[in-house]
Amino acid sequence: MSGTDQAPARHRTGDDAPPGPPVVAPERLVARRRKLTLWQRIKRDKVMLVLMLPGLAYFVVFHYAPLFGYVVAFEDYQPYLGFAQSTWVGMENFAAVFADPAFWQSLVNTLEITALQLVLFFPAPIGLALLLHSIMSSTVRRFVQSVVYLPHFIGWVIIVSIFQQVLGATGAVPNLLDAVGLTRFDAMTTPWFFPFLVTIQSIWKDCGWGTIIFLAALLNIDQELYEAAAVDGAGRWQRLWRITLPGIMPVVILLLILNLGSILSVGFEQIVLQRNAVGPEHGEVLDTYVYFHGIVDGQWGPSAAVGLVKGVVGMALVLGANRLAHLFGQEGVYAGARR
Amino acid sequence: MRAADVRPKWMEPPTRIGLAAKVLALAAIAVLVLYPFVAVLSTSLSSEAEISRHGGLVLFPTSPTLDAYRVIFAGGVVTSALVRSILITAVGTACSLAATVGMAYGLSRRGVVGGRFFLLVALFTMLFSPGVIPNFLVVKQLGLLDTYAALVLPTLISAFNLVVLRSFFMNLPTELYEAARIDGAGDFRVLLRIVLPLSKSVLAVVALFYAVGYWNAFFNAMLYVNDDKWPLAMVLRQFVLQGQSLNDTVSSSETSVPAQAIQMAVVVVSLVPILVVYPFLQRYFTKGVLTGAVKG
Repeated sequence: MSGTDQAPARHRTGDDAPPGPPVVAPERLVARRRKLTLWQRIKRDKVMLVLMLPGLAYFVVFHYAPLFGYVVAFEDYQPYLGFAQSTWVGMENFAAVFADPAFWQSLVNTLEITALQLVLFFPAPIGLALLLHSIMSSTVRRFVQSVVYLPHFIGWVIIVSIFQQVLGATGAVPNLLDAVGLTRFDAMTTPWFFPFLVTIQSIWKDCGWGTIIFLAALLNIDQELYEAAAVDGAGRWQRLWRITLPGIMPVVILLLILNLGSILSVGFEQIVLQRNAVGPEHGEVLDTYVYFHGIVDGQWGPSAAVGLVKGVVGMALVLGANRLAHLFGQEGVYAGARR
Repeated sequence: MRAADVRPKWMEPPTRIGLAAKVLALAAIAVLVLYPFVAVLSTSLSSEAEISRHGGLVLFPTSPTLDAYRVIFAGGVVTSALVRSILITAVGTACSLAATVGMAYGLSRRGVVGGRFFLLVALFTMLFSPGVIPNFLVVKQLGLLDTYAALVLPTLISAFNLVVLRSFFMNLPTELYEAARIDGAGDFRVLLRIVLPLSKSVLAVVALFYAVGYWNAFFNAMLYVNDDKWPLAMVLRQFVLQGQSLNDTVSSSETSVPAQAIQMAVVVVSLVPILVVYPFLQRYFTKGVLTGAVKG
């Protein structure tokens, strides 16, 4: 974006050049542009502004305006009274929430699932990327890539239905266990297994998709390093350990830090579909707490309070994580987009 | 991804065990991903007797039957939800694409008044999401509850797609813009005649991403609309996951068709559009994702 104040040189001379044939100079490129008043610039760019208007309206209405809705976190909100008429209760909703054991249970469940995902789900794409990268034949590699990227595009309703079919009570796996003489195990409704189930589903859906960024990082490693190492007698494991892993480490650290920014959010759609199958004690996470207590049970104030706390803490985590990424010498997620 | 398929001279050939392990791992992964699809498809084609004989593990139905599909396409909830889903996806994708193109185009050109600020307005939304309750209140205040607009407008633009399109537009050669402007073309004509024709492939990808999103969406429907406006995904949730009996809604005369087969037939019907567009999607998305994620 730094180019705005550097108009091409040939236009700079426009003022003192003799009046030649009337060239309709692109106004945006003329150096005198800076002298235009705001109104003149708006008039000049009116087409652009009209084109951008629907998008801007969308972001304002559906991303910024809702923030004012958090006023209900401080009210005894009654839908038929509206924002203005509902009683102001100050911090009472927050006090009520923090005294609610179900809230703490959902926080614990959230962190449990996050931790499990970090241990099991986070490394999976790295391993798969290494495996894919080691395939020599491009035909085979492309085929495997096509297969493992596919589940990313399937919605959670379908995925959970498929899992129901394979792992559920009448599904293939329990029947298989039965057939070989083991006890039936219904993974879909066993409460203690829920965090594992959620993690397994996440891996199935997004492990392949997650390899994309690591594959790009692997491609960026200088091939001559491998050659030089091989000539110097480094075996394949040594090359993996000394070249490949250090080579992708910046990306790994960046993604790890960014994951820290979202530890309070675990797949909402995925869990809201399955929470009832295992019950709230094991299946409730912060997001579903807000949904079931607020929208379903009509406790608007307290659940908005949870949403607000979660939003503020979550944003602080994202910003903190981004700063941490900068400290590690990474650009962060948004730096690139702003250029 | 690598330039050549040939093994570089310095690389030692794989050991037999290593090669075997690799092939085994890849085969296992492929089976783990693909088996559930096969299971779903064959269950949807099975008869009651077959399902109970195999105990759910039907790999290849010996006498495949299309009864389940006949039931769900005979009219009733699933058929109308399918039509609704197709319409929502088509209209939603068109609206999303138009809004995203307009905004990305405005943001892609240097020096447009307010451009930098508007870009930040859009990008900043990637940092937070307003949350369920405030979103619900906004939709309610706008009077959109129980309208189809509530299934499209709240997810009109994805900031990610916006960034992808904007960076693509920015990378088009500026000479083209300048030449067109000197010829007297306005901003809108430049968009229509020069930018869009040059961006067909990226537009196709963005459109497909939106379409897949709308097709899979169920949460907005769950929040905002009554069951007479439900898309297919919501119907699927109701039948398969909430265990609501299909016989209440699907014609009850067809009792010979097992509920499990009907459920899986609905899954197959929901899957087919994604599988159809997937090859097109796949051809471009790696490039697109990396443009968005790395170059910005």
